[in-house]
Amino acid sequence: MEKVKLAVTPAPHIKSIDTVSSVMLDVVIALCPAILASIIFFGIKALIIIVTCVAFAVLSEYICQRLMDRPVRINDFSAVVTGILLAFCLPPSIPWYIAALGAVFAIVIGKMVFGGLGYNIFNPALVGRAFLLASWPVFMTSWSLPEKLTSSNWASLYDSTTSASALGMFKEALNVAKSGGGTQGLESVYSQFSISSLFFGNVPGSLGETSVIALLLGAFYLWFYKKHITWHIPVTYIATVGLLAYIGGGPELMTGNYLFHITSGGLILGAFFMATDMVTSPITPYGRIIFGLGAGLLVFIIRIFGGYPEGVCYSILIMNAATPLIDRWTRPRKFGEVR
Amino acid sequence: MELKTFPQGIHPSDSKELTKELPVNNMPVPKKVIIPLSQHIGASATCIVQVGDFVKTGQKIGDAAGFISANIHSSITGKVIKIDECNTPGGRRSKCVVIEGDGKDDWIEYKKQENLDLLSAKDIKNIIHEMGIVGMGGATFPTSVKLSPPEDKVIDSLIINSAECEPYLTCDYRLMIERTMDTIKGIKIMMKVLDIDRAFIGIESNKMGAYNTYRKMLDGDKSIKPVLLQTKYPQGAEKSLIKAILNREVPSCGLPMDVGVVVHNTGTVLAVYEAVVKGKPLIERVVTVTGYGIRQPQNLLVRLGVSFEEVINQCGGFIDKPGKVINGGPMMGIAQWDITVPVIKGTSGILVIPAEAVIEYYENPCIRCAKCVDVCPQFLIPSELAKYSKKYNWDACDDYGVFDCVECGSCSFVCPSKINIVQYIKMAKNEINMRKRR
Repeated sequence: MEKVKLAVTPAPHIKSIDTVSSVMLDVVIALCPAILASIIFFGIKALIIIVTCVAFAVLSEYICQRLMDRPVRINDFSAVVTGILLAFCLPPSIPWYIAALGAVFAIVIGKMVFGGLGYNIFNPALVGRAFLLASWPVFMTSWSLPEKLTSSNWASLYDSTTSASALGMFKEALNVAKSGGGTQGLESVYSQFSISSLFFGNVPGSLGETSVIALLLGAFYLWFYKKHITWHIPVTYIATVGLLAYIGGGPELMTGNYLFHITSGGLILGAFFMATDMVTSPITPYGRIIFGLGAGLLVFIIRIFGGYPEGVCYSILIMNAATPLIDRWTRPRKFGEVR
Repeated sequence: MELKTFPQGIHPSDSKELTKELPVNNMPVPKKVIIPLSQHIGASATCIVQVGDFVKTGQKIGDAAGFISANIHSSITGKVIKIDECNTPGGRRSKCVVIEGDGKDDWIEYKKQENLDLLSAKDIKNIIHEMGIVGMGGATFPTSVKLSPPEDKVIDSLIINSAECEPYLTCDYRLMIERTMDTIKGIKIMMKVLDIDRAFIGIESNKMGAYNTYRKMLDGDKSIKPVLLQTKYPQGAEKSLIKAILNREVPSCGLPMDVGVVVHNTGTVLAVYEAVVKGKPLIERVVTVTGYGIRQPQNLLVRLGVSFEEVINQCGGFIDKPGKVINGGPMMGIAQWDITVPVIKGTSGILVIPAEAVIEYYENPCIRCAKCVDVCPQFLIPSELAKYSKKYNWDACDDYGVFDCVECGSCSFVCPSKINIVQYIKMAKNEINMRKRR
């Protein structure tokens, strides 16, 4: 037998089929139902904003990697995920150039200055949103009403009628109730935004956050089928918000409408797709639970006592900052270790 | 029925269908063997033959040097033609005795001990030591040492590791099916040595045949209990196996005997039986020759010292171009660059991966997905260990429990960034050990 040439590599010699690209692509697939829902409810404008965000995110990542003289890794789909998630937390009526600016900021400042994928401290999409909210607060808080598929407005590129979001109206009504103005305001908010309309997403709000059912569909794909996310963060996060909302979310103790708080705003989107962002969330199981608890507490504080009606974005960003510390504090017990 | 298991772990495809149903074949006695004097963990044996000496099959050619060491025997009859440094499948070079056969196969007669009642535990241990038996699952720790726990350790259970969790390998499975009674006798011998009356046989659920055979053969025998385990990697790692069967945790950096358990592999049990009852030294073993790059995958009983090349030719040779030839299974086996290396006591499999199936991976940055954290059977944080090892931060590696790693490779298997985490961990262990020695 002639001398054979053999490859020599360290063990293991078999590897799972998951790659960074496939994981990110799975996230994109999981976001598809919500993309569809956003187009159904907010019209063709939604699609334009999503495409703009994705295009500018990918483009700015490409330019950054070329300028930084690093291998171009735009085919790992991470910028696509960032683009979609950023679009999901923008109002449907936002001008496309502002959305584009947000995408560029998210990638350049949120991700690339830290060294690119794997090194960023904060969720890039939320960095982009926080930047836009600080810079264009009016654009960022005017919510257009959902459209009917048959209406002429559905395909129109111009702003439709705007309204306050569920959480915005809730906050005003809560303040009225707390200062002794009666609970009629709160009741009317609850009846205007029934749990079923919040669940299906037929309410004003950011592009991708309104349809709870579409988001859950994608989340189950990621959670049970692909197993890319674990229960720790989403369950503790949502349960904390629900519990605290029940206790202190009403005019008096134990009168809060917890289902309203869970299904409105960006909680479901944030819990399954943003708080679970691999790079910026803790890697230890206990760490993930602490992350969920902390973020839930922050959402409650911001929604009930803070200046903004919604707190999902900031709750996750603040917990992102605490992630390295949480990881250090929650090192798992080693097998056979007695503490 | 509820399957026992340990927390975490991975589910690679087991690929055992290639050889699972194939009975063990005998390979003809080879013309030439290369027998390394170090085929085990511990000190290399001292050579007691010289070039030109005539040796018989089973004759001792290497004497155990020290407590943790093992005797080495000739596997064929013939003349010693060379004693030199050669490559071994473990990756290191070792002093080897090269024997050229004369075509005959004359065995040295050792005493056969049919009646075990006449033997004391010490006698049996001496026979096991004399016959050069080592752990045959791959770690090759001298068996007589493992059967001699210190006085202060109370042993109450013997666990037979029949999990065979490495994908592709089926040699233990075949032994369990074809040599059921002999392995049971081997277990009885070990129980007598340890003076205990409780043994478990841990079998993964993808080997129902073996489990049912044991159930049938052990009918009425309460002392030996076959236990069905979930098919999960690394079910056959000592610590994971003990956790699954007895729900005991071997202390961090401790040994199974710290929780009153001794673990032995199926192949070892059979070797012990053959050594004691048949008077046969460890000079041959069953090797699973498998993979999609080999023409006729087989379970082959081969003499130790025969080259990988001859074994591969015996199995019809390569299909097209071979990509990798691995000593052992795909998870922990060592890739070979030279196929003239000999089969040694720890060679449980020869796995040939075809060239087109060898994928070259490039390392991407860690995306902190925590998949490695969620699978590590030792509850370590593999990604952090790899990160510190890469930065030569050995103190941090030590602090994060690098020595608790069992090197099963589950972390590298699941990593989507294709970082070879376990390799960085092995590197850190080596480096820290070297520094401690200095």
